[in-house]
Amino acid sequence: MDTLFGVPVAALIGQVLIGLINGSFYSLMSLGLAIIFGLLHVVNFAHGVQYMLGALVAWVLLDTWGINYWWALLIAPVVVGLSGLAIERFFLRHLYHLDHVYALLLTVGMGILIEGLVKFKFGIGGQPYPNPMSGGVDLSVTFVPWYRLWVIGVALVVSLGTWYFIDRTKLGAYLRAANENPNLVRTFGVNVPRMLMLTYAFAVALAGFSGVMAAPIYQVSPYMGSNLIIVVFAVVVIGGMGSILGSILTGFGLGVIEGLTKVFYPEGASVVIFVVMILMLAVRPSGLFGRQP
Amino acid sequence: MTESASTMVLQLQHLSGHYGETQALHDISLEVREGEIVCLLGRNGAGKTTTLRAIVGLLARCQGKIEIHGQSTIGLPPEAIAHLGVAYCPEERGIFASLSTEENLLLPPVLKPGGMTVEEIYELFPNLLARRSSQGTKLSGGEQQMLAIARILRTGAKLLLLDECTEGLAPVIVEKIGQVIRLLRERGFTVLMVEQNFRFASRLADRFYVIEEGTVVDSFRQDEITPNLERIERLLGL
Repeated sequence: MDTLFGVPVAALIGQVLIGLINGSFYSLMSLGLAIIFGLLHVVNFAHGVQYMLGALVAWVLLDTWGINYWWALLIAPVVVGLSGLAIERFFLRHLYHLDHVYALLLTVGMGILIEGLVKFKFGIGGQPYPNPMSGGVDLSVTFVPWYRLWVIGVALVVSLGTWYFIDRTKLGAYLRAANENPNLVRTFGVNVPRMLMLTYAFAVALAGFSGVMAAPIYQVSPYMGSNLIIVVFAVVVIGGMGSILGSILTGFGLGVIEGLTKVFYPEGASVVIFVVMILMLAVRPSGLFGRQP
Repeated sequence: MTESASTMVLQLQHLSGHYGETQALHDISLEVREGEIVCLLGRNGAGKTTTLRAIVGLLARCQGKIEIHGQSTIGLPPEAIAHLGVAYCPEERGIFASLSTEENLLLPPVLKPGGMTVEEIYELFPNLLARRSSQGTKLSGGEQQMLAIARILRTGAKLLLLDECTEGLAPVIVEKIGQVIRLLRERGFTVLMVEQNFRFASRLADRFYVIEEGTVVDSFRQDEITPNLERIERLLGL
């Protein structure tokens, strides 16, 4: 059985795998956006740049101090998360009482500013990042690098872990309740403003974490975030803004759909997600998992 | 001050406050002492709910004096005021749709010792035990009201602010809530409640304040109701 639906099986599996890899990043990134939007009602347009910062911090750690990938996986999200903490504490916090568009504009501006500074300091050319896991597994029809399996596995564990934390734990219950009625939760003695700050920092750290994971696969360049974030926003629109589990499933699902499109209709691969988004907006504007108004 | 029944728990003096541009409270002065049930009466829009919201710190712009156990709370955020031992049950009940009944019950953190245990609460409200895994907002109106009261009993807060907790409920449920509030007094809770149902409140509360256009226009004790019934009913528009 060398072909399936007239397509070589090796190509099919290869593209599904690439789809799952891309889907891992769509999933992690749209998850962070969903958390931020769900709790802070902020559309975080800086998310792509924060992802790029994660990759950049990993590259700088390696290039300057020789600190390897595994340490970077720990350090970079903390660094990026702290930058998110500062953005919330000094800027976003003062915009919550205004129309949501102000916070959105702030994150757009922050994104452009940070991207510009990175271009100024590091140039626009991409930097390669060495693969920390050489080798792979031969599945007879295709060869799968270990690192790709690692990315898919970690993305699954981190996304589902985050969902479990928010949906099933006591601290998650505070987040869900604060999402519905922050003032009432404050009268219970819960410091909701601090919780919002930590939530934003966590979701931003998640973007930084994704960036480190992406560094060995894609090149570390100032544009890597803005290239990804457009697709991720389409994923969020399709999945439904603010739904955690929805964004995870939609992220992986659309990655695979994109991969399969590359096999069956390569010309459509770069637009298929946007076509799905347009159809979704026409049929079900609140998205697959969003609450219908 | 001694630990007697006359210990001052809550004191408002010349409190005024705004909702956006409109002044909602003009000059509210009132006192609540330990173990008392005090009721705010008045027509719709008189400022009763706003007074409770000011006490828990949800009214952004307040002038005057609010003291809880002798500590001034003007300008404190709601989470800090909660730690002084005040708990608030809002008129709209505020049951969270994304939480189960039990998650709603266990949501408010225990801030001080001396609150009721979960077992005691389930004994008092057996319906909540039976429906503990249901989505909070799937409960009946009466059950949601019970849940809204029940969840602030665990926290160790001894001053409870109850806003219109009988509104729209069947007489048998109203009766049950009356029993619960009497039991709370026996357990050492102090209650400041807002009530439209004067018949219900008149049998329950020790003292009453009548609020009109954001200010206190009258106050009386329970034993002063009968001799002054005509005047009180005129004030309340009954």
